This record gives sequence, structure tokens and C-alpha cells, in this order.
Amino acid sequence: MYDKIFLPKKLTLPNGKIIKEKRSRTPLIVILITISIIVSVNITGFDMKILMDRWSQFFVIIGQMIPPTWEYLPHLWGPLMDTIKMSLLGSLLGATAAVPAAVMASSNITRNKAVSGVAKFSLSILRTLPTLVSALIATFIFGLGTMAGTVAIFLFTLAYVGKLLYEQIENVNMGAFEAMESMGLTRIQAFRYAIIPQILPNYLSTALFCFEGNVRYAAILGYVGAGGIGLLLNEGLGWRNYPNVGIILLMLVITVFIIENISEHFRKKLN
Amino acid sequence: MNAVEKQMLAEPKNYKYLFSVSIILCILFIWSLSTVELRQLDSSGLIIASNIILGILNPDLELLFNFTSSGVAYLLIETIAIAFLGTIIGSILAIPLAFLSASNIVPAPISSVTKILLIMIRTVPAIVYGLMFIRVTGPGPFAGVLTMSLTSIGMLSKLYADTVEDLDTSVLESMSSIGCTTFEKIRFGIIPQLFAMFLSIMIYRFDMNLRDAAVLGLVGAGGIGAPLIFAMNSYRWQEVGSILIGLVVLILLVEIISNKLRTRLVRG
Repeated sequence: MYDKIFLPKKLTLPNGKIIKEKRSRTPLIVILITISIIVSVNITGFDMKILMDRWSQFFVIIGQMIPPTWEYLPHLWGPLMDTIKMSLLGSLLGATAAVPAAVMASSNITRNKAVSGVAKFSLSILRTLPTLVSALIATFIFGLGTMAGTVAIFLFTLAYVGKLLYEQIENVNMGAFEAMESMGLTRIQAFRYAIIPQILPNYLSTALFCFEGNVRYAAILGYVGAGGIGLLLNEGLGWRNYPNVGIILLMLVITVFIIENISEHFRKKLN
Repeated sequence: MNAVEKQMLAEPKNYKYLFSVSIILCILFIWSLSTVELRQLDSSGLIIASNIILGILNPDLELLFNFTSSGVAYLLIETIAIAFLGTIIGSILAIPLAFLSASNIVPAPISSVTKILLIMIRTVPAIVYGLMFIRVTGPGPFAGVLTMSLTSIGMLSKLYADTVEDLDTSVLESMSSIGCTTFEKIRFGIIPQLFAMFLSIMIYRFDMNLRDAAVLGLVGAGGIGAPLIFAMNSYRWQEVGSILIGLVVLILLVEIISNKLRTRLVRG
């Protein structure tokens, strides 16, 4: 279509042959992106002038956070540990549950197309469902508290790790699996000795990465009453007690920094 | 003993290491089990939950196919606009930070300071940024755009920096040996290596930003998140259902498109 409107450039080679060079798509893409930017600016009411005039307001709250109230620190340990526990338990269970789900969803191991299709579809739905919604539903079932947060993190980890895992299983080299099956091993044994060694390092590294993100995400879950340090954060924001918010954020940054470094150490080892 | 068995015995054994890691993991698992409390679990909770799920499965079709400014379609477009602008602004701002945190470009102290700054940007929850930006712009999608761009910077710079650190410098050396100027080296040696990867990372982040739209609603920063949270807080589950259906379909569509674009970009 595009080539018919903008005719390709004709070049004559030294030996008399005529070849066609297709015109670059870049101008079209640039025009499309510019139009989308203009439309988005109109929809969202983006206004550079307001930003220029009032950007200093952004730092007002940060200014109020300094100095943080150090006396608040002893109250923080419990909820902070709750947040870590929530994400740890949710990630561990979710990553474990992701294995059978991924096996069911991968079309080269599960021969039944319907089963793998349904499993893939439910993993996608679970993944796109906002974590806040699943956390809120979980608070109705399990009551306010860390349990609801754990369930929400569990569901997200299951869907995220499950998806990446079944993609890996589908891209795995099937030669060894078929050879083992032909030698008379059962499908489960063949899976254990042919597929698992190929996917294990990647699986562990994905699970660790997901855990890292979950610690960060668990902080927001407090908004719907799903426990952890998010509850205190919300309280601080609600009462405009910004020095308390400052110390909470500081502790959160330190915790995430430590966890990220540990997980990065192990992920580097896995590669 | 044949060659295969010899090879197998010669393989390094790190049972001790594996054993201690699994012990630590078990201890952590048992420690974290203390969050599980099932005493609040009773039949009334299950009834409420089944009502919620029934409500979500019977969506409010009127809202779903309402094309005015309060319908799902308009809200989705607004969400796309917020995510799009946020990603564009964030990805432009992330480029200098990425080069400042790449350890093969700048000296080690600068790169580690920038890395710590990036971790701080990434860790502060979006709710906090949202509140800060609402002071600047007032509630609405504008604040959402700014929040999205700031939260995007953290991840984008980290992924950009990984790409920059993988840069193939032998190309640059051969270019300087044939007498290219610095500008030519950047234009023909560095940009072609980075551009496709940067674009692919941007598209990936756009995908994520759409998904994070629900979080923005918490602070009243526009998009589909705010009506979703309002509907949830007032227990109008049919509305929640219709909004969720719109969101899920949109995210799945964008994901399919972005996966196609990214495979084309990476394969060239």
C-alpha cells in the first residue's frame, strides 16, 4: 500500500540491472507519532506554561518530609516486616504454583489444545487484572490485613512467572525430551530430565525478579487495606504528616535497595 | 568406568551451597507464614466474594457501550493518552540519566550516585508522586501524565543503562582509526546500536504504564483508574465489571501489537 503511493526509487547498477529501493517508512511513523502526541496533549490538558510557573510546588512536600521523624522508626519495623513477609510468601507460593500452570499452558507438553488454550487465556486475564482489584476482592474474603495482600501478590506472581515460563517451555529444544520418551521414560520423567535443566536458571531468575518488584508493589496495596507499610503510608498522606511519610519512604528505599542487591547477586550467579 | 561416567564424576559439586540456600529459603518461608491468618475467614466473606464475582461477570453494558465523556470508551482513550505522553516524556528524560549511570561511560562514583538516585525514583510509590504533582497542576489527567513520566524514568533508565553497558566499542575504535569525527561516531556508531533497543524498551514500558493506570486513580490523577476505584469503593460491581472488561481487552490488544512491533524491531 505504502509502496504504491510513494513509488520506490529506481537505481541502475553498473551491469545495467534495475533494482528498486523501497522508500523509508520513517516519515510516516514520525507523522503518526506527532499526531498522537498532539491528540494526547489535547485530551490530557497538558500545559507547559502551568508546569513552568508552578514546578516549584512539586518540592513543597519533599521539603516538608525533611527532616524525617526518627522517633517514628520503632513503629515501622512491624509493618515493614509484614510487607516483606507478604511479598516473600506470595512470591514463593506463586512461583511454585506457576510451574504446573505453565506446564498446562505450554502447547508442546500438553497435547490437548483446549486445555492449553484455556490455561493460557486464564493466565492472561489474571495478569491484566489490576493487582489493586484482586487485593480489594481478597480483603472481602480474608478480611483486612496481610492475608489479602499475600493473595493478591500470589495471583500476580502466578500469572507473571507462569506466562514467562510457558513461553520458555515452548521454545525449549524438544530433541532430548523425544529421545527420552522413545527410550521408555514416562512423560513426567522425561520432563524432569530433559526440560527442567533447560528452563531452571531462567525460571529462578524470573521468580527473583518478580519478588523484587513485589516488594515495591506491596507498598501500594495498603491503600485497599491489604496490610503492610502501605497502611502507614496512607495514614501519613491522609493526615498530611509528611515528616512521617519521609521516614517511611526512606526505610522503603533502603529495604528495596538491600533486596535488589541480594537478588541481583543471585541472578548474576544463575546466568 | 566409561568416559560418560568419568565426566559425570568430574562435574563440580556444590551440594553444600545448594543445601544452605535451600535451608535459608525454608527458614524464610516458615518466618513469612506468620502473615497467614484465617480467623477472619467465614462464610459471609465467601458470599460477598461470590456476589462480587457475579457482579463483575454481569457487566453494566450501558456503561460499556456509552460513547460520551463518562463512558468506558472515552476513559480508555484518556488512559491511552496519559500512558502515551507519560512514556514519551519519561523516555526522553531517561536518556541522560541512563548515560550518567552507565559504568562504561562515566567514572564509577558518578554512576553509583546516579544508580542510587534511580532506585529512589523507582521505589517511591506512585501515590506519593501523584500527590506532589496535584499540587502543581491540580487534579486531572495532566497530573497523571507527569506521574507516569516520573515513575517511568526509574525503570527506563535502568534498562537503557544495561543496553549502553553492552555497547560494542570495537565499532567506535575502528571508526576513529579511519578518521571519523566525534559526531560521525555518535551518529553512525552509537545510535544504530542503541536506537532499536531503546524503542523496544519504550514500547514495553508503554504496555506497563497502561496496566498501572489503575494506580493513578488512587490520587485522582485521571484515566480509567479513578472511576474504577470509585465504583469499587461504593460496591457497584457491575460497573467495575464493565470497566475491567474494557481495560483487559485494551491491555491484551496493546500487548499483542507491542509484542509484534518489538520482535520486528529487535530482528531488524
